Amino acid sequence: MKARITVTLKNGVLDPQGKAIEGALKSFGLEGIDSVRQGKVFDIELDSNDPAKAEELLKSACEKLLANTVIENYRVEILG
Amino acid sequence: MKSAVITFPGSNREGDVIRALRQATGHDPVSIWHQDADLPKGTDLVVLPGGFSYGDYLRCGAIAARAPVMDAVRAHAARGGLVLGICNGFQILVESGLLPGVLMRNAGLKFICKMQHLKVGRSDTAFTSHYSTGDIIKVAIAHGEGNYVADAETIARLEGENRVAFRYCDAQGDTKAGNPNGSLNDIAGIYSEKLNVLGMMPHPENLIETLVGGTDGRGLFESLSAYRGAA
Repeated sequence: MKARITVTLKNGVLDPQGKAIEGALKSFGLEGIDSVRQGKVFDIELDSNDPAKAEELLKSACEKLLANTVIENYRVEILG
Repeated sequence: MKSAVITFPGSNREGDVIRALRQATGHDPVSIWHQDADLPKGTDLVVLPGGFSYGDYLRCGAIAARAPVMDAVRAHAARGGLVLGICNGFQILVESGLLPGVLMRNAGLKFICKMQHLKVGRSDTAFTSHYSTGDIIKVAIAHGEGNYVADAETIARLEGENRVAFRYCDAQGDTKAGNPNGSLNDIAGIYSEKLNVLGMMPHPENLIETLVGGTDGRGLFESLSAYRGAA
């Protein structure tokens, strides 16, 4: 079973890297970009075939290590 | 003062800390490997040195904060033992939950390596008794992620409980003008609630010899050496 975890900065947390990327994109003259926030994606392979168990396991992985919940949100998607 | 210095894979300032402690206390601290489960019996002070533990992968200090030895460090801190985290060590302390907040990428995005003035927040702790409150000292900074951020409630609490150990300032003591990295309230270092855990981005261990730029960092190690608290 495969899963994807997306970690993003919470609203209101300053993201200097996102700002720099935003500035670079705007400097190319790409129209219509309002703002950029940078995050992280983790693609994970699991040996389980139980989506509920997998979700529980991955939430615990996020809480323990993958996200710093002081500043970050995470989303777990089971890709099947 | 029995001290121990922890080395994580990618730590690189442990030698400087060991030297500073040896100079101030007259004995060698014990070197601890990150996979050790225990601290030596009777340890008064544990130091988490600077560097780039685990290559700063994931988030600075995040992986080191989950190393086996950190459970022993948590237990030591809970007993009232002294813990000092410098630079990457500070990042490890916030990631491990021993100190609040987080250290984000510097506001200007660049790695900053330069001499930096600091203002001493208080002189009645184990770490700063050889300074005076409001002293301006010159030490070194070398970091890419030193921008201290916490929610408004945490900042108000740190300020209200007088737990800001050091603030960035310029040579005249102007904190706003001297803030190199965007840290909230110009915070360079903070204490835990019981004042026994100190995390700071600047490197006092590198300013202990006139030959290499000054001795303003000595006060911190001499304070620790003189400390006779119940650890």
